[in-house]
Amino acid sequence: MNNDDNYGNNVPQIVAFCCNWCSYAGADAAGTSRLQTKPHFRIIRTMCSSRVEPDLIMEAFRKGAWGVLILGCHPGDCHYKNGNYKTDRRIRLLRKTLAQFGIEPERLRLDWVSASEGARFTRIVDETIEAVQKLGPLNLAVPCEVIHE
Amino acid sequence: MSKPKVSKPKVAFYWCASCGGCEEAVVDLAEDILTVADAVDIVFWPVALDFKKKDIEAMQDASIAVSFINGAIRTSEQEEMVNLLRKKSGLVVAFGSCAHLGGIPGLANFSDKAGIFERAYKLAPTVTNPDGIYPQTETQVPEGSLTLPVFYDTVKTVDQTIDVDYYLPGCAPPPDLILNAVTGILEGKLPGKGAVLAPDKSLCDTCPLAEYKPEKISIKDIKRPHEVVHDPEQCFLAEGIICLGPATRSGCGERCIKAGMPCRGCFGPTRDVKDMGTKVLTSIASLIGIETEEEMSEEELQKVLAKIVDPGGLFFMYSLPSSVLRRRRIK
Repeated sequence: MNNDDNYGNNVPQIVAFCCNWCSYAGADAAGTSRLQTKPHFRIIRTMCSSRVEPDLIMEAFRKGAWGVLILGCHPGDCHYKNGNYKTDRRIRLLRKTLAQFGIEPERLRLDWVSASEGARFTRIVDETIEAVQKLGPLNLAVPCEVIHE
Repeated sequence: MSKPKVSKPKVAFYWCASCGGCEEAVVDLAEDILTVADAVDIVFWPVALDFKKKDIEAMQDASIAVSFINGAIRTSEQEEMVNLLRKKSGLVVAFGSCAHLGGIPGLANFSDKAGIFERAYKLAPTVTNPDGIYPQTETQVPEGSLTLPVFYDTVKTVDQTIDVDYYLPGCAPPPDLILNAVTGILEGKLPGKGAVLAPDKSLCDTCPLAEYKPEKISIKDIKRPHEVVHDPEQCFLAEGIICLGPATRSGCGERCIKAGMPCRGCFGPTRDVKDMGTKVLTSIASLIGIETEEEMSEEELQKVLAKIVDPGGLFFMYSLPSSVLRRRRIK
């Protein structure tokens, strides 16, 4: 992932996994309502937030994401009944694990956005971008590949 | 000798960052080792035979039929030796968990050289080192300069260092799999390059406790192995003891399970899994309170999750260097 914008500035890059049924539609609602949000994120649509396996999150970090955002349906609203409860438990455990990898848990956020919550979507995205902007880039790829003394 | 001497295939054994258990595993072949020793010429085996590096250097390239390399790669010496063996060998087998996935020495990737040296040479309770003297790559003494191999920040698997043809998993690999691999190599009956020479099923498939496994496992509380007495007629996960069986490859002979200990994943994942640790994490997190997940309060959930004190060390116990992130971030 290239972190440089057209002006050569190092800008944050967030990967946002949005579930098809609520959050992706919520992002759509933000767009149709012409709500302004910071542009430093890429959405990946998944069928359910619980489909986002933790190794995909690790991969996103390794490839240069400053932060990863996972958005699903509100508890009780999951299209598959209870996928989001599993996501919740996995992400809690993963955040604890990430800390052991030296990755600040704030770089990984799980939240709920329903199809009608365009404003909530933009707020969460903006908050996440601000949070990782304070932390700076991860720069993982190089230390992972290059073995040095 | 009446029979003309036919040249036997040459075999080398080498150890890198390992405990010596893999060497034991070769000796554990018991009488079968005689069959092996009869069929091959062992040209290099530092733990047992007195051959030197220069003997290997003097050999023609690719003249060793197969090199079995155990242990992970953490020093420049190990890196140099495996590169030499790669050049001189037709086949290279990564032997055991450390060579295959990084193994226990690979947990050092949660630290770095400075952290490990400080722990080992200063903070360890049995060490007195008030001047903070640490091993140096080069030391000048009146007689000249003394050198030690370079100690890297990051532990690597063998296949992150050289090209590997086959993997023999396990800490240590069980004798039956070793014998199968050796026989396969001698008879030329081997699967495609890059294969792990063990079954491609999860441990739960062959677990002797599988018959006691409930229809649906729901972990209500997490217990560590020393906190409870394990019921030999009960699945570990159903008891709330974390077992890495669901995400671990089978073929080990369920030695730990039969000894009353849960699986810790030394055989690594099944074929297409990229990151074993997160797979285990996913599976365990899903099972926690699965039957009451909708009613579970924030406090209840936090209380159960807090029982997993070291998720990194537990889920990545044998596979940290081979995981997606490989190590703790270097800032």
